[in-house]
Amino acid sequence: MTLQNGNGHNGNGHNGSGTSNGYKYVGTRPVRPDGVDKVTGRANFGADISLNGMIYGSVVRSPHAHAKIKKINFDKALKLKGVKAVISGKDFPTLKPSDKLPGVAPLSFYDMSRNVIARDKVLYDGHAIAAVAATTQAIADKAAKLIDVEYKILKPVMTAADAMKEKAPLLHDDLFTEGVDPTPKKASNIAKRTELKLGDPEVAMQSADFIVEGDYSTETVHQGYIEPHACAANFAQDGSVSIWASSQGAFMIRAYTARLCGMSTSKIKVIPAEIGGGFGGKTTIYLEPLALMLAKKSGRPVKMTMSRTEVMRATGPTSGGTAHVKIGAKKDGTLVAGTLELKYEAGAFPGSPVALGCMTGFAPYDLKDVACLGWDVVVNRPKAAAYRAPGAPVAAYAVESAMDELAHKLGIDPLTLRRKNSAKEGTKAVYGVEFDRIGNEDCLQAAQKTKHYNTPLGENQGRGVASGFWFNIGGTSSAEVMINEDGTVIVATGSPDIGGSRASMALMAAEVLGVDVSRIKPLVADTESVPYSDLTGGSRVTFATGKAVIDAAEDAIKDMKRRAAKVWKVDFDQVDWENGSAICIENDEIKPMSVADIAQIAGKTGGAISGKANINVTKGAGPGFGTHICDVEVDPETGRVTVLRYTAIQDVGTAIHPSYVEGQLQGGAAQGIGWALNEEYVYSKEGNLLNTGFLDYRVPVASDLPMIDTVLVEVPNAGHPFGVRGVGETPIVPPLGAVANAVSNAIGKRMTSLPMSPAKILQKIDAG
Amino acid sequence: MSKQHVTMTVNGDPVEVLCRADQTLLDCLRDEMGLTGTKEGCSTGDCGACSVTVDGRLVCACLMLGVEAEGRKIETIEGIGESEELHPVQRHFLEEAALQCGICTPGFIVAAKNLLEKNPNPTEEEVRYWLAGNLCRCTGYDKIIKAVLKAAEEMRG
Ligand code: FES
Ligand code: FES
Repeated sequence: MTLQNGNGHNGNGHNGSGTSNGYKYVGTRPVRPDGVDKVTGRANFGADISLNGMIYGSVVRSPHAHAKIKKINFDKALKLKGVKAVISGKDFPTLKPSDKLPGVAPLSFYDMSRNVIARDKVLYDGHAIAAVAATTQAIADKAAKLIDVEYKILKPVMTAADAMKEKAPLLHDDLFTEGVDPTPKKASNIAKRTELKLGDPEVAMQSADFIVEGDYSTETVHQGYIEPHACAANFAQDGSVSIWASSQGAFMIRAYTARLCGMSTSKIKVIPAEIGGGFGGKTTIYLEPLALMLAKKSGRPVKMTMSRTEVMRATGPTSGGTAHVKIGAKKDGTLVAGTLELKYEAGAFPGSPVALGCMTGFAPYDLKDVACLGWDVVVNRPKAAAYRAPGAPVAAYAVESAMDELAHKLGIDPLTLRRKNSAKEGTKAVYGVEFDRIGNEDCLQAAQKTKHYNTPLGENQGRGVASGFWFNIGGTSSAEVMINEDGTVIVATGSPDIGGSRASMALMAAEVLGVDVSRIKPLVADTESVPYSDLTGGSRVTFATGKAVIDAAEDAIKDMKRRAAKVWKVDFDQVDWENGSAICIENDEIKPMSVADIAQIAGKTGGAISGKANINVTKGAGPGFGTHICDVEVDPETGRVTVLRYTAIQDVGTAIHPSYVEGQLQGGAAQGIGWALNEEYVYSKEGNLLNTGFLDYRVPVASDLPMIDTVLVEVPNAGHPFGVRGVGETPIVPPLGAVANAVSNAIGKRMTSLPMSPAKILQKIDAG
Repeated sequence: MSKQHVTMTVNGDPVEVLCRADQTLLDCLRDEMGLTGTKEGCSTGDCGACSVTVDGRLVCACLMLGVEAEGRKIETIEGIGESEELHPVQRHFLEEAALQCGICTPGFIVAAKNLLEKNPNPTEEEVRYWLAGNLCRCTGYDKIIKAVLKAAEEMRG
């Protein structure tokens, strides 16, 4: 294990000066290849696309949280000059409930198609009902207002607790609770029950000397990417479609759009734009099928861009939910049992990440007797989308709060308590997996040693710590490494770069090829230029797509060795690869040939040189563990919280580009701090979202935060050639608990509800 | 709605555009002039992605009408540095890895450059407050603040 302290470890190590890990490029911090375009305003994001003859789309959205659509009248809109096409749900094929992909996070195209555009019913404020395309955005927006929709308003149900009641209004009359035996005959808002169990926690709990138990609640929050969803679609005369869009997966857009529009995959080409933040929220589609249909009907390219209000009302959020947690321990701090019950709001369609909450909540701990029960509940809010480690933060918030309480009860340092019980190599998690070598304990140990943890606190100040876990995944990735005539290299993948992954692809290719990283150009290709890749999510890209890049680079090396063997007239196995050159093993008279040398004679030795790899990585994605420390000061007069210090410690495997790894930790921490302190969806009684902009949906700004220190614990992952572990999601898991524990310790009372607004804190203080 | 003829200076060049009376400066820049480096994150003045300077003053281009730019000097991200000769703020953003997705970056660079023109030696707190109108959801601001402080140091010489 090695440690990198994020502080005072800045932007050098450039150009192969070498690193402590023995690599020449991996672990250095070169300027990212796409950087100059991004600091000069040249990079094209979703909304920057412009096409000849382009017209603009606008969406009609429901002003009601729950209603039947009786009639849509387009007459007035169609009379407006400049309007070229209108569409509603009727323009799309009707899918069946059986149109779905199974899995831990199942994907229902039936639901997706009704989320993208409502059919007979609207299920949340902002639900799309119809769309119009016109020659200018202003005309399209005006036309959208002229489309008359007649509703029969129904009673909305806004929280899991209400939706689970016997007499609650039903969102779907064809939804029957999954996961109970026998399947009920009566429709319900409870989409699914998930239960996971190891041992017998009820019996084990009886052997506890101490038990802590509590109820915790959180609200709906949004990913809050700064770039609103945007796309453009063009329908060619031959019936083929091009879609330009910013998303976490061009192939994802192609597949989902094809399904929803009843088209063949080969008819749709998706060209990825730069993506201005996703955090999981751009792993699904909203506008693309609408733009496609409007383009088809109008015969013109159509561009669609959401406003911030539309983003808040109709995309993203992640589930609010409640948790009941119970942990039992011996006097010496040994945990004997844990139980967790989670109720998550899925939004208008099933599929909250509650099962993932159940799987992750207790993962940092070695518990032989543990049970987690999860309820997936539909409510009249936008359908939840993935958000960074989906499901895990809320579960961790409850468990980590309980652990803090337990540490107090036992009089044990909270990190020592966690270390004593930390999951390690060989620990079996509640979801059945046995961990390999993991960095959980290493992080706790590193946390205890930080200067931060040993800094004394002042009056009204409190410190909180929390741990977190995320699985990380592999999946299908492809890569092509092309050697240009001058020996420079192109690395093409199908994985959108959402936070600097081009830089890590270039570094890994440089390391394998032995070519300077500045001579490598990584790019994100469209769906017709590289083979299929899964979307960017699950912290999989540096791991799995990185592996594809490594394999493709090795394939290219093989090709180059073949060329050298041909020139030297020796057997292939007489050629080796060292420091970016082919060398002849037995004969050192023969001058090695560099990539540039071989590239120059490519034509004479068999044509262009490239390597490729198409892989599906099903094993070896090393799980990620992290520990965060947060110090706050609470103003007892106003309840206002100031974050004084924050440190994120995480096992990151091998950090390919440490600056971007630190950035993941810092960004995840900041999002978690926002979740803990400010962010929440506020609805009216009628179910209308009241805070649809950044003014009152308040994400952290620069003046809200201190520097966020990082400690990169590097326990290389044996499942990857360079030891890579996914890093992007774990950092949002601990902050909710860390901040809540800090605030609770500052005021001497346990905070059990997020966000911890000044009003809530004052109320707690005043409760005596 | 009829369009109005507006004359302004954009990044040092004289520009004439026709814009609707209700069109924002942001839409004029992006849609009428093709200057898409200035981004829209909210259109309500809350995110700073559309930061530009107007006669040296930092403004949200989404809160100003195109017609109000008549006779003014506008500077956008496209006017700050070129790849061969980046502005120190841009260079330090790259070196410090102060961007992840990059959508907020043009706004931050315009705002930070404007700060350093007014205050060449800002404290960390001053940088944080000056940039409090610019949202970044990716970085947690840490590396952005460091980049600005380093650029300031370099520019002071
Ligand atoms: S787009 Fe102008 S401040 Fe957000
Ligand atoms: S880098 Fe993505 S919003 Fe700032």
